[in-house]
Amino acid sequence: MAEWETVIGLECHVELNTRTKMFCACHNEFGAEPNTLTCPVCLGHPGSLPVPNREAITRIVKVGVALGSEIAPHSLFHRKNYFYPDMPKNYQISQYDLPVCVGGHLDVELPDGSTKRVGITRVHMEEDTGKTSHGSASGRIHEAESALIDYNRAGVPLVECVSEPDMRAPEEAAAYLRELRGLLDSLEVSDVRMEEGSLRCDANVSVRAAGTDALGVKVEIKNMNSVRSLERALTFEVDRQLAALEAGEPLVQETRHWDEDSGTTKTMRSKEEAFDYRYFPEPDIPALEPEEAWIEEIRRGLPELPRARRTRYAEELGLKAEVARVLVADRAATSLFEETVALGAEPAPSANWITQDLAGLRKEAVVADAAAEPTVGPRHIADLVALVADGTLSGAGAKRALEEAFRSGAAIADIVENRGLRQVSDAGELGAVVDRVLAENEDAAEKFRAGNESVIGFLVGQVMKASGGSANPTLAQELLRERLSR
Amino acid sequence: MTDALCDLTGGELATKIAGGEISATEVVESSLERIEAVDDEIHAFLTRTPEVALERAAELDAHRGTGAPQHAVAGIPLALKDVLATMGIRTTCGSLILENYLPPYESTAWARLSGHGGVLAGKTNCDEFAMGSSNENSAYGPVRNPWDLERVPGGSSGGSAAAVAAGEVVWALGTDTGGSVRQPASLCGVVGLKPTYGLVSRYGLIAFASSLDTVGTLTRSVRDAAVMLGAIAGKDHRDATSLDEDVPDYLAGLEGGVDGLRVGVVAEAFGEGVEPAVRDSVRASVDRLADLGASVGEATLPHAEYTLSAYYLIAPSEASSNLARYDGVRYGFRAEGGTDSIDMMFRTRGEGFGPEVKRRIMLGTYALSAGYYDAYYGQAQKVRTLIIRDYEKAFADFDVLVSPTSPTTAFRLGEKVDDPMAMYLNDIFTIPANLAGVPAISVPCGLDDASLPIGLQLTAPVLGEQVLFRAAHALERDLGLVLRPPVLAGV
Ligand SMILES: [Zn+2]
Repeated sequence: MAEWETVIGLECHVELNTRTKMFCACHNEFGAEPNTLTCPVCLGHPGSLPVPNREAITRIVKVGVALGSEIAPHSLFHRKNYFYPDMPKNYQISQYDLPVCVGGHLDVELPDGSTKRVGITRVHMEEDTGKTSHGSASGRIHEAESALIDYNRAGVPLVECVSEPDMRAPEEAAAYLRELRGLLDSLEVSDVRMEEGSLRCDANVSVRAAGTDALGVKVEIKNMNSVRSLERALTFEVDRQLAALEAGEPLVQETRHWDEDSGTTKTMRSKEEAFDYRYFPEPDIPALEPEEAWIEEIRRGLPELPRARRTRYAEELGLKAEVARVLVADRAATSLFEETVALGAEPAPSANWITQDLAGLRKEAVVADAAAEPTVGPRHIADLVALVADGTLSGAGAKRALEEAFRSGAAIADIVENRGLRQVSDAGELGAVVDRVLAENEDAAEKFRAGNESVIGFLVGQVMKASGGSANPTLAQELLRERLSR
Repeated sequence: MTDALCDLTGGELATKIAGGEISATEVVESSLERIEAVDDEIHAFLTRTPEVALERAAELDAHRGTGAPQHAVAGIPLALKDVLATMGIRTTCGSLILENYLPPYESTAWARLSGHGGVLAGKTNCDEFAMGSSNENSAYGPVRNPWDLERVPGGSSGGSAAAVAAGEVVWALGTDTGGSVRQPASLCGVVGLKPTYGLVSRYGLIAFASSLDTVGTLTRSVRDAAVMLGAIAGKDHRDATSLDEDVPDYLAGLEGGVDGLRVGVVAEAFGEGVEPAVRDSVRASVDRLADLGASVGEATLPHAEYTLSAYYLIAPSEASSNLARYDGVRYGFRAEGGTDSIDMMFRTRGEGFGPEVKRRIMLGTYALSAGYYDAYYGQAQKVRTLIIRDYEKAFADFDVLVSPTSPTTAFRLGEKVDDPMAMYLNDIFTIPANLAGVPAISVPCGLDDASLPIGLQLTAPVLGEQVLFRAAHALERDLGLVLRPPVLAGV
């Protein structure tokens, strides 16, 4: 059997979260009532003209600088012509042979902890389209009786980032997408929410005999709505292509649609059906010619980027690599961590609380649709870490305090007092609880005496429970052992 | 027969209005009466707005009573070519596809005139989407030339030119992509100005070819053109291609004369295809300029012979994209019977566009197609650069260039409809200025044997409007033509 090599490149579309749209003054926001964020320009009314949004250009330059791209001294908008009802002008203002950012790279941390450099071909600026929903009794597009179009998204600034075909496995592609998402998030240029479509990703994938340079037949896959679905789609597609090659069947250059439910890709259109977009320079917009000094100003204003931050957290603050990765992937968590450490808290336990317990609470709240303003701030985390360190709180007690703070926003010190969470380290006070637990769990006590050491964990748990989490677990175990050995 | 108020120039009327001699209402009524009297024959208007006009005039008269100063365009009735968006007033582009289109916003040029007190009498007929040189491509029927109702007024701003020539309005705005203001001005015996590209905002000018389109003026005097340009020119943040330049006082140097002015006669513009009467009249006018003190020499635009080829690649290419938005989805005409949304779009375009528009969309679509772009659109842009250089070289030696505006005077309706090439040749002398973005003006310089007006074109460097006005005004004053089209004999 021949050795095969997978070749993957990604094209990611990023909606910028500028205040206004790319070429008009309409507000750029997600989730508003359909067609309330429109004007003659973004509806493509006759005679209206596009005027580029300076903030959007600033942001794409930011992205380019962060990716190490060359910022072109002269770049042009082009028109990409094709007919589709949700595209108001039936052309998209995009870029063609003269994008804003040329070249660059992204250093991606792979699951095995190694780093891979993925080349960036280009990053260009364009506008988003509207959204069509098809109305039919059956819910099927081809049986639709009507099509409803929402133009709120039409004209939202969109950055397209095209990678080199440098990835060799679906896991690498997923890692690249995570890294890119983290980078964009740290730059605060986009909401980067794949489920809301503010980050979208198409993949080009082919397979070739290992050791050869020529690329195999390229297939483009569309419609992946999460990092996970990207990985699944690529895994499916690579297997499909390998099976075809092994069986000696020819592959065709085509665009395939990923179907999340069936977990398969299906042909959308072949190369022969590909559009001729008739690109030509957009005559309504002069060339972009950014000044070097302005680019330098943007470069100097860049925040610490995720990769550098992860390294610093691991090397200088002593965080575990995995914790640093999880933390840095989330901008809100990162800034909470920074603020907590700034209050003098120990970095490693602070990071643990933020990435584990607090993240868990947030996730539950999102699932329960109860997401509200963050109630837990850096002071909470710092207090928690300090009180655990000095023995005032047990791990379980601290957990309860955090839950309470998450619900009410109350100060940790107040919660500890009001809920009586102070860890009981007094042998007399705790002894009574231990006696009661042993009396109620005679079976377990017998098992221990018969030599079953592991029962001690269960008994400690019962003590913790009976004390409402306030018991010092080390002391509880000592007291249990002492009494059981009598 | 005495002139009606609407036969006076804007300058004359402004003086009378400011002096309290006449009211805006009287002027507007005069204009509306003239429209009633002649427009069923001329068909310059697609939409008339008499109520809006009278209401606005009354407001202006009331305002003038307070003694507040008014702009020189205040109270004077005007017309807008129907490719300029007017909020809530039907704007068709001479096309069925926008038959009932009511723009939700104002074009900047009109908004500025309106802000200064300009009074809209109506929207004028034009070739569909400004594509044509005879006004016969209007979906609503042609305009007739006030000088001879069997002849065309020129195009595509034929309605605006005819309306000004016949005194239906005092002045009008047109648009000029390849000569669409200057050529009808020439054929109707009025003054037509195409300003520097970017000097007047294109916001609300319904695009034909974006890199060539300009808003221009049609007036009965050069002075009026200067007043109108002053009212509409200047930076507009809604048009990224509008120039960030201070607008000078165009009237300031108007009387400066042509003594010492270097006038270049374009050698290529007097050859085959130019009617002898046109050639002789323009030559005679050049002699008058020389008599007035101008130094006259021969100028050359060596790449002018590629003008038509370049224009008929660039303009249709841009048009094929600009006109893609007319699909029946959001506004305008929508065809019945579509099986799905894409089919509906195809049917709408098939039924909504006329033959010339379809011809140019197909031409442009082809020219931009993969594999043809470099040979057609790319090559045409190179020619455009060469023509810009031609002008730069010519303007090193001359302040203004002179040529006929059009090779012929007004031709008969139907004479060239079946021969697109013959029709396209009408714009051979006007197109280069659009390709180069330079300003040009057409002024009447005489009549041919059939008493049809002849136009002379002056061209200046980018932002050279002042010298253009000065030269044109000197010639106009010297010639002292009295231009009263025969259609007015009966009114
Ligand atoms: Zn808008």
